[in-house]
Amino acid sequence: MEIDFTHKQSAHCENGVVSNLMHHHGIPVSEPMVFGIGSGLLFCYIPLLKVNHAPAITYRAMPGMIFKRFAKRVGITFKRTKFRNPKSAQEQLDANLANNNPVGLQVGVYHLSYFPEEYRFHFNAHNLVVYGKEGNTYLVSDPVMEHVTTLTAEELERVRFAKGAFAPKGQMYYPIALPERVDLEPAILKGIKHTCRDMLAPVPYVGVKGIKTIAKLVRSWPKKKGSKRAKHYLGQIVRMQEEIGTGGGGFRYIYAAFLQEAATLLNKPEWHEMSKEMTQIGDLWRDFALQASRVYKDRSNLAAGGEYETLAQQLETIADKEKAFFKKLKKTVA
Amino acid sequence: MKKDEVPQDKSSLESSNYKELTYAVNEEGEYTTELSSGWEPKTIALNNALEEIEERIAAAKEAVQAGEMSPIYYYMEKNKMDFSILASYVGIWKWRVKRHCKPNVFKKLSEKTLQKYAEVFQITIAELKKTD
Repeated sequence: MEIDFTHKQSAHCENGVVSNLMHHHGIPVSEPMVFGIGSGLLFCYIPLLKVNHAPAITYRAMPGMIFKRFAKRVGITFKRTKFRNPKSAQEQLDANLANNNPVGLQVGVYHLSYFPEEYRFHFNAHNLVVYGKEGNTYLVSDPVMEHVTTLTAEELERVRFAKGAFAPKGQMYYPIALPERVDLEPAILKGIKHTCRDMLAPVPYVGVKGIKTIAKLVRSWPKKKGSKRAKHYLGQIVRMQEEIGTGGGGFRYIYAAFLQEAATLLNKPEWHEMSKEMTQIGDLWRDFALQASRVYKDRSNLAAGGEYETLAQQLETIADKEKAFFKKLKKTVA
Repeated sequence: MKKDEVPQDKSSLESSNYKELTYAVNEEGEYTTELSSGWEPKTIALNNALEEIEERIAAAKEAVQAGEMSPIYYYMEKNKMDFSILASYVGIWKWRVKRHCKPNVFKKLSEKTLQKYAEVFQITIAELKKTD
């Protein structure tokens, strides 16, 4: 049994699943639109927490938040079910498929057999859509993959019941109530306001101030942590910024695409200019990654104090630009 | 980033034929998407991280062979886990998992407990007990 479902690759899984499910239900919204309305853009440093033995930094909102905000702002009700028992998780999935209803699932990446081995870490907030079942095999639309793929029932159970932080607990979701008429304008304005608030938050770990904090840390790493760990940490920042799902430049390009689309949709010419500015900020992030990679390219213990200073200054420049940017953006939605 | 600047560097992901989606602007300044086969700064960061893991696995192996740690510790690192992740997979408290990594405690573990670990690591109990 196969549901007629259109798979479209996206940069990020959460935006992609929402966008693909919405298309299926007759509400065509693009990935950037979902990301912008859901206020996905962020910068956040989480002190004390370590990911892969390095500081935890994120360029986006917490997993699930984009989804939640988008649904609320556009007026869509999702049904979300968690399971304790893998057997009932499978039964309910099958029942939905028999009902011609494609569903979104939260899964862990580590046991995802079709994923490149190099990307299989214990990350549990991945999303995909199941749109059919043939024999013992599920038909899977994973938005970060170019084409649709499949998982056996056993494989699917394993990823649905992955353990650790953000354990998916078999989580399954699908829309149950859609608005009669979709008005994106208030949703877009709310999304932008929220992002401006986040990025300009008066907290040293969030938004523009978070970037400044990281700049300070980068400056201190070679002396405080030694060359080897400093390089490992730098590599981790670049991975968070560029690896699967960010669309390049730590989500800044997706955000620029959102502003451009919103400018046309709501006839706000000033957002076209702001989109261009955001693209330039994205380019600065890419520059930073490139410079950082020159430092961590060689893993040996050669000291490189001066280079860290340059990197810290690059981050500070970006922070200043983003500060000016979001202050300006805030005025356009006031 | 311009569309024609989207990097198409060689990466370790080529073998799995994986390309990811990036956002870029075309000649008219409009946003569009383009697939990227890889970007060197990223590939290096990923490879470094993988090397780091390999080093941790190698160190764990040595610790097991030297009789300082039980094989559970080695398989934990091999599966890119830490104590918290392993504890939640086997359903045993973290402090007990840590104890099970001591060779003396490991020797006294029941078949039932060993089976739990073996299942999580997707190996047999015999493999789990091997220390070489």
